[in-house]
Amino acid sequence: MKTNRARHSDASVIGTLLRYMLLAAVSILMLLPFFWMVSTSLKDRTRIFVFPPEWFPWPPTWENFTEVFERQPFHLYYFNTLYIAAAVTAGVCVFAGLAGYAFAKLKFPFKNALFLLLLSSMMIPTEATSIPMFIWMSNLGLVDTHFPLIVPPMLGASGMFGVFLLRQFFITIPGELDDAARIDGCSPWGTFWRIMMPLAAPSLASLSIFTFLHSYNEFFEPLIYLNSNKLYTLPLALSLFTNESGTEWHLVMAASVMATLPLLLVFFMAQRKFMEGIALTGLK
Amino acid sequence: MNKSEKWYGFLFIAPMMVGYAVFLLGPMISAFAMSLTDRSLMGEGSFIGFANYARAMTDDPVFWESVRNTFVFAAGLIPLNLGLALLLALLLQRKLPGIGLFRTAVFTPVITSIVVWAIVWKYIFATDAGLLNHLLSMIGVKGPAWLYNMDLAMPVVIVVSVLKNVGLNMVLFLAALQDVPKSYQEAAVVDGAARRTVLLRITLPLISPTVFMAFLLTLIGSLKVFGQIYVLTGGGPGTSTHVLVYYIYQLAFKLSEFGYASAVAFVLFFLLMGMTLIQWGVRKRWVFYEN
Repeated sequence: MKTNRARHSDASVIGTLLRYMLLAAVSILMLLPFFWMVSTSLKDRTRIFVFPPEWFPWPPTWENFTEVFERQPFHLYYFNTLYIAAAVTAGVCVFAGLAGYAFAKLKFPFKNALFLLLLSSMMIPTEATSIPMFIWMSNLGLVDTHFPLIVPPMLGASGMFGVFLLRQFFITIPGELDDAARIDGCSPWGTFWRIMMPLAAPSLASLSIFTFLHSYNEFFEPLIYLNSNKLYTLPLALSLFTNESGTEWHLVMAASVMATLPLLLVFFMAQRKFMEGIALTGLK
Repeated sequence: MNKSEKWYGFLFIAPMMVGYAVFLLGPMISAFAMSLTDRSLMGEGSFIGFANYARAMTDDPVFWESVRNTFVFAAGLIPLNLGLALLLALLLQRKLPGIGLFRTAVFTPVITSIVVWAIVWKYIFATDAGLLNHLLSMIGVKGPAWLYNMDLAMPVVIVVSVLKNVGLNMVLFLAALQDVPKSYQEAAVVDGAARRTVLLRITLPLISPTVFMAFLLTLIGSLKVFGQIYVLTGGGPGTSTHVLVYYIYQLAFKLSEFGYASAVAFVLFFLLMGMTLIQWGVRKRWVFYEN
């Protein structure tokens, strides 16, 4: 009996060890690009091609970062990316919140038919709508502005997803709460803004993370709409760095580090919320 | 029905309804109308019926090449992505010390921009300056020109894409595994079932709805692949990584062939819709437990 148990625990020790080794191998593969990106960004141009490759460049060079700022208006890329993502996120929360609340709690004619209509938009891929949208935007003189990166996602695809998510949440709130607020003289607007939205804070946080990330990382739309260097977003600016012939990897890596750092910092601080938000939205 | 409530209802949904009409339904109808014309940079173009669709089907080898490559990408990516995600989720579901670190490591690429991810891998796979070929040469192997080789470019794109997104499916699977009642698995073990049997007969069937959904989402995502192709290979070498969305991008925004590009975009749309419907039809046959 004793030997049996000992054998069993031996097997489980080996099992645990194997488990850790396998996980470590995959994790190294996942983190290697980040490590190599940081490592390269700290090398000067002469050490890029050194053989064998230098894992920990010593002494590190910080000039690549300043050089990126000298060559490109990188501070503008930061600003553009952040303000566009913030605007889309704020807009989605308010407008999707309004519609989600109305579909969940208010009574009005054709409510279900209108909701089904919105639901059908999940089938529409942005790749198919991008061509007429581009032509309309160019007729309105809105190509090479940030308008097409803010308003269409806010009231289009990203916003629709928010409507479904928030409607789902508002349905779970008991109707008595609504009635009580109404009896106390709250208008539907007051009920929505002062009672419902604060209650929806956890759902809004998930939705915000999802929307912000999506906008921050968006590539296709900036690529087709933006021409002027000063309007570029971070992903677009980076993609154009590498397309020049004879890529200067030390600069590209420094720029990549700077583009990735803000998101990574926020992610490490609020990991659980991120994974919940993404998992939740992955279930759409 | 309260009269003012009715108006508040309409008022509250108005912004999203307008957005739906202007930014989704309108462009969709317009794209279809445009796909029936020969519209290009100059002028409105004229009505040519389904000639664009006929051109794609019968007279455009690049179109078929793009369709083929898109499916090769999907066929390579989906089993790798789902298999690895499931394996990682099974490994990570146990509460072992330090397990959170591994979960973070696997999830970090998911929140990273695809452009950054692809750029760093492009550097790692670079022929002369790349880390991979440096490491290979240290063990005496001369590494190939990964991204400039017709046979290697697509596998590289697939591997880079799997590593980017596997964390997403892993998180979905982890959530599903946590919902499997422990009592089922324990009961099976008490009855003498082997670990593997428990996994195959109890755990996997119970999470099959989530696996199915992850499959569907991964399939739809892979039919729309663009960013990593743009950065890593630019569709090349030759047309070996030329996929549908890349082709649409080139036709519409590089060559200004708006009419033809819309037709190709609609083929993609029908493909996406068809896939969804077929999979929903098949669904009942192999997804055992449904809430």
